[in-house]
Amino acid sequence: MRVVNKPIRKKDAMMLVTGKPVYTQDIAPKDCLVVKLLRSPHANAFIEDINTTIAMKVPGIECVLTYKDIPQKRFTMAGQSYPEPSPYDHLILDKHLRCCGDPVAIVAGENEKAVDRALKLIKVKYDVREPLLDFTKAKDNEILVHPEEDFKALCDVGADNKRNLCSTGNFSYGDVNAEFEKCAHIVERTYHTKANSQAMMETFRTYTHMDLYGRLNIVSSTQVPFHVRRILANALDIPKSQIRVIKPRIGGGFGAKQSVVSEVFPAVVTIKTGKPAMMIFSRSESMTNGSPRHEMQIRVKVGSDENGVIKAIDMYTLSNAGAYGEHGPTTVGLTGHKSMSLYAGANAYNFDYDVVYTNTMGGGAYRGYGATQGIFALESAVNELALKLNMDPVKLREKNMTAEGQVMESYYGELCASCALDRCMEKAKEMIGWDEKYPCKDMGNGKVRSVGVAMAMQGSGISNVDVGAVEIKLNDDGFYTLMIGASDMGTGCDTILAQMAAECLECDIDNIIVNGVDTDQSPYDTGSYASSTTYITGMAVVKTCEKIRQQILAEGARLLKTEVENVDFDGQKVYTLDNSSSVTLSEIGYSSYVAGGGCITASESNFSPVSPPPFMVGMVELEIDKLTGQVEIIDYVAVVDCGTVVNTNLARVQTEGGIAQGIGMALYEDIQYTKEGRMINNSFMQYKIPTRLDVGKIRVEFESSYEPTGPFGAKSIGEIVINTPSPAISNAICNATGLIMTELPMTAEKIAMGILENEKN
Amino acid sequence: MEIKVKINGKVYQDNIDADMLLLDYVRSKGCYSAKRGCETANCGLCTVWLEGKPVLSCSVLAMKANNKEVTTLEGLEEEAKEFGAFLADEGAEQCGFCSPGFIMNVLAMKNELENPTEEEIKEYLSGNLCRCTGYMGQLRAIKKYLEQKSKGE
Repeated sequence: MRVVNKPIRKKDAMMLVTGKPVYTQDIAPKDCLVVKLLRSPHANAFIEDINTTIAMKVPGIECVLTYKDIPQKRFTMAGQSYPEPSPYDHLILDKHLRCCGDPVAIVAGENEKAVDRALKLIKVKYDVREPLLDFTKAKDNEILVHPEEDFKALCDVGADNKRNLCSTGNFSYGDVNAEFEKCAHIVERTYHTKANSQAMMETFRTYTHMDLYGRLNIVSSTQVPFHVRRILANALDIPKSQIRVIKPRIGGGFGAKQSVVSEVFPAVVTIKTGKPAMMIFSRSESMTNGSPRHEMQIRVKVGSDENGVIKAIDMYTLSNAGAYGEHGPTTVGLTGHKSMSLYAGANAYNFDYDVVYTNTMGGGAYRGYGATQGIFALESAVNELALKLNMDPVKLREKNMTAEGQVMESYYGELCASCALDRCMEKAKEMIGWDEKYPCKDMGNGKVRSVGVAMAMQGSGISNVDVGAVEIKLNDDGFYTLMIGASDMGTGCDTILAQMAAECLECDIDNIIVNGVDTDQSPYDTGSYASSTTYITGMAVVKTCEKIRQQILAEGARLLKTEVENVDFDGQKVYTLDNSSSVTLSEIGYSSYVAGGGCITASESNFSPVSPPPFMVGMVELEIDKLTGQVEIIDYVAVVDCGTVVNTNLARVQTEGGIAQGIGMALYEDIQYTKEGRMINNSFMQYKIPTRLDVGKIRVEFESSYEPTGPFGAKSIGEIVINTPSPAISNAICNATGLIMTELPMTAEKIAMGILENEKN
Repeated sequence: MEIKVKINGKVYQDNIDADMLLLDYVRSKGCYSAKRGCETANCGLCTVWLEGKPVLSCSVLAMKANNKEVTTLEGLEEEAKEFGAFLADEGAEQCGFCSPGFIMNVLAMKNELENPTEEEIKEYLSGNLCRCTGYMGQLRAIKKYLEQKSKGE
């Protein structure tokens, strides 16, 4: 391959590194109204009375909107295909405030100072109620987070607002209880994972204006432009035809921007005032009212025979939806399906789940989407099983890991058509020196060095739901335009899709110009989430190229005055098979622009009935100070099977970045609340994300399988890479200290206290 | 209050509010490379040079730049391209939102430290957060860039 599987520079790279104004705030009109929210100071309250008269008198204030001024039509902010699995439990402004920071009023004005002043002058009388903050007590609690009668779920996800249930369900294969009875070793343990903030560098932001046709234009930092159009039309109660969504460059998303977090507020203001409006979330707002990873409690029971062959896995996940159900019913599913399927050889699986409402911030999509939490729990349990068996955890995995050709009963019954997990394990072992370093080495200075291991998987798109489409046009002079409906959020999909097109059309990548998302122009794509773009949209590129190639051949044959059977195309020219004559692509391009020539353009969409999992192995070497519990990451080795690697640089950086995020999640990232339900650590001062001093050395290699249903054999890479650090680090902590860590993050304090506790016993 | 500031070689005279931040001031002059990533001086996205030294422009009042010279990435176009090419060749800009502040600090480091070790590089740049890359690609780019610089190319 010439272009695919190469370290090609990102198409937008030089504009980004020279600091050009390409992001939402940079390109917004200068006369945008500043939009801010008055946010609830209470976790559970009703607005008894709200008076905006004085606030409206502040010079420069354009409007102050309350629930009385806004359509009261429930919707979900989750960026999912219609009908969304997330319940319709949201209003733009609601009389009932369900978490701290819930919007009470929208204020728009000419400048920030005026808006800030007006916010202080809104008089609100709250009927404050007791909040429900403990998610383990939420189900059937007498405090109802969503007592409203117009709550509705479009899909059968087991939602019941009168029981605080956002979703409930079960999956079962075989008879787990019968299998457990036959097992020689059983581990049963409950794990607790916390809510995390995506902490993308660019916070949520949107500007809106009316265009010359009188339509609402939305320019937003979003992963899901087409979903934004539909969701806003629902929420604002206006026709979808009246909305256009444009995605500029995005400063990171990681799932956060798969929810419609900031879009509705300036949109309402523009509709009410006819003026351009912009809302920039502060970092603190992004932290307190974003769309974080769901906090979960996961009980795992895993059993094996006397030789360590895993026979049955049983899991129960309790997920905290928070105040709203965005992505609640779907993230929970992955905790089971995308962890248990690492061990496809078991005879029985059972998986139950409840997703409950509480008065904490509503959750959302965060890279890994539930699989991260489930894999931490199951991989930790498997490590404990190895301990029980007195077996090297690598050996236990080698005995049980899913292999190519197996049917994965816990993964929707799909066949594992591509899997190099065995090679990933072998390579990782070699890279980190597992056999020499396992389990640990006392450094003699109060510190212990140890290694830990975990495996991971994810999916590639949502089977039979996600749709990706591209359009390719041949222009005069023979260059192509690739119209993309998927959101490049820094991940580089504009580039990798162009790579695929250049490979198919046998041209230089510079001969493909790309055009990012504008819902008026781009072909429909569900958006960039669920690790779908490379796999789903990539295949749309391959299909579209096949079609446009046929058109080029036909036009070439017409110009050469022969039949299409007599010609071929080599990327530069169409030539007769006897080499007697040829016409260049440039000439074909020009001829398509004058009378007689046909328009050369093609668009194909793609979906997949399967979601082939990428697989990986992560191994960590770390050093623990036994006195303080401080963990220092020395070396992190990741070996990934994402099928064919499309862009070797971008896949590597994705992996390194995912691991760094995973290290943060494992060791210190933790959204905490006061007993009144107010978030404590709402800044980078308190909510610490890894700096370059905290991640040690991260080394990445690829062991590729070939996925027959993917473009050039590719699967996904974006999400899987965050899944191994928590269980691998937990394993290394155990190998160094004997501690079984059951709660994230694994802070120095918890480790030090655990060591003390161990010494007492 | 009246201030007179030189930004990227051009002199501006303005009547500003006393509490205006340097970040908002340079952005109001079209220097959009400087970004706000936090409100707590933790992320490094707003890094600009004041009299040739890197500062967090979100934590400096615009009036502090009175009669001084401010440099943003827009004023270092050639250097940005030169180092940026190394970053791009690693794919290590990713979303790019932290790149300008990061590059301002890399260029300051190059001027300040001679042949920095890996640890010195990490420490100098520890205030520049990046959520996309895991920092490894940035480090590879810096090393290659410094190597080329030391060869005098």
